[in-house]
Amino acid sequence: MTDLTRLSAADLADRLTRRESTSVEATQAHLDRIAAVDDKVKAFLHVSSEAALATAREIDARRAAGEELHPLAGVPIAVKDVVVTKGMPTTAGSKILEGWVPPYDATLVERIKAAGLPILGKTNMDEFAMGSSTEHSAYGNTHNPWDLDRIPGGSGGGSAAAVAAFEAPLAIGTDTGGSIRQPGAVTGTVGVKPTYGSVSRYGLIAMASSLDQAGPVTRTVLDSALLHELIGGPDHRDSTSIPKALPSLVAAARQGATGNLEGLRVGVVTELHGEGYQAGVIARFEESLALLEKAGAEIVEVSCPHFPYALDAYYLIMPAEASSNLAKFDGMRFGLRVEPEDGPVTAERVMAATRGQGFGDEVKRRIILGTYALSAGYYDAYYGSAQKVRTLIQRDFAAAFTETDVLVSPTAPTTAFKLGEKLDDPLAMYLNDVATIPANLAGVPGISVPNGLSDDGLPTGFQILAPARADDRLYRVGAALEHLLEAQWGAPLLASAPELSPPGSPRSAAGTSGDTEA
Amino acid sequence: MSTISRDEVARVAALARIDLRPEEVDRLAGELDVIVESIAKVNTVATPDVPATSHPLPMTNVFREDVPEPALPVEDVLAGAPDSEDGKFVVPQILGEE
Repeated sequence: MTDLTRLSAADLADRLTRRESTSVEATQAHLDRIAAVDDKVKAFLHVSSEAALATAREIDARRAAGEELHPLAGVPIAVKDVVVTKGMPTTAGSKILEGWVPPYDATLVERIKAAGLPILGKTNMDEFAMGSSTEHSAYGNTHNPWDLDRIPGGSGGGSAAAVAAFEAPLAIGTDTGGSIRQPGAVTGTVGVKPTYGSVSRYGLIAMASSLDQAGPVTRTVLDSALLHELIGGPDHRDSTSIPKALPSLVAAARQGATGNLEGLRVGVVTELHGEGYQAGVIARFEESLALLEKAGAEIVEVSCPHFPYALDAYYLIMPAEASSNLAKFDGMRFGLRVEPEDGPVTAERVMAATRGQGFGDEVKRRIILGTYALSAGYYDAYYGSAQKVRTLIQRDFAAAFTETDVLVSPTAPTTAFKLGEKLDDPLAMYLNDVATIPANLAGVPGISVPNGLSDDGLPTGFQILAPARADDRLYRVGAALEHLLEAQWGAPLLASAPELSPPGSPRSAAGTSGDTEA
Repeated sequence: MSTISRDEVARVAALARIDLRPEEVDRLAGELDVIVESIAKVNTVATPDVPATSHPLPMTNVFREDVPEPALPVEDVLAGAPDSEDGKFVVPQILGEE
């Protein structure tokens, strides 16, 4: 019998459409898998078994009645806990929101529900998406399915690990500086940061509003294209959403999967490889370039001279915007309220006590850094200058895209590091995002595609960047690379990931009925 | 750039309305110092002739039709509040004076 958890979302959707399996079977198979492996992986903060199965039953009934459904109807999905979900707990990985149940759905969740995808639950993340390892979650670590002693990336480590561990075929991530792409790279999964404004931000708990973007987390490039088309498009509740639809992403992925890249100009960014990148990461990158070239692409080296300043500008802009966005967590209208231990109980003192107790170390660090950068006397030197660097980065992209169609780099400089290894060194942690941050500053789209294993046996990622609104190019080139690599390997990369549950272990373990809190 | 002193961290934490324990102030003073030093590099390329960019894609005056939509039910919103009464949020005393 086919293991429904091993199928891509596209293949599972086909089976459901052909009525070879039901959505209840598919959803239960994933809930069983969660019950079997999530005590090791810890990808989920909340599992919503009953609601997921109810959606699945409804979709099966509608399909049986001959209703025309969305192509992904009945395919289960996991949602990062920074996205609000009506009636389902949403914490953003923070104690300040423990137990909060949102009264509304994010636009992307509305679209998922309208299309009939059962929501399996909410995935773990660094608190308020601040981190590159998911170790800043207030609810414990998520473990990389390739090596449980290692980080799954971050901030969306839960979504990436859930997909890599076959606990969900699809997941939602958010990417402010690499939080979709870097976890994708270190877990051997696909992650896409769409063009800024391509997916509505309404209902995302904001970190940095001018950088945040939600996107797909999947095992295949085609699955990401399908999910991107489902969640994307204009939204009147987000004034920054792009009014016009993007070119067809699914068609681009299917075209790419033919493996023909003739006429495509690929730019290798000089500043995004070399020093600081692990040897195995560079080796896999060079091999992928050779494959693209063999498929007909023309490879050129391009310089983006201001990219070395991107990380510095990011670590001014992001905390500045975060310090403002997180002001709403004040203990007045939702979430935690803490009264000061002594002295008068005034609103201001309650706010300070609540935030002092409710926020974790990294959140405090960034709010204080951001408040400092925005405070009187420092604004021009820090925030003002960082915004100028943003202009320079955009100019670098514009110049590079006059002579190339896409830009490429390794997604992350290293493979997954050990849990705890960089926790006490904020600067070392921030360096994980050195290759992913420029896209956020410029608003351009990026994808990470698994492109092999480094010398340490851990996955590496290949990043492709395209001009704003040309997300279709990511899918064309990404699908081509995936096709060429899998032809070489003879199987998807994740087929070589370790088995997490011993063969023959119970497939319908206890604990899959009723909602559970991890 | 100047270093961030303990007093400076305490001042900024007060602006940000975050109570910090003394040991948190000590640690943050050291960490922020390192971070601020490293990011001061932006000043070397951000010359006066470069315009600032605040938003990744240039969009101005985004309007939509002014169509009334129902607001969220009051009881749903108050369900997540730390304290409520008579359809309103209950908050602590706003002013510091007696």
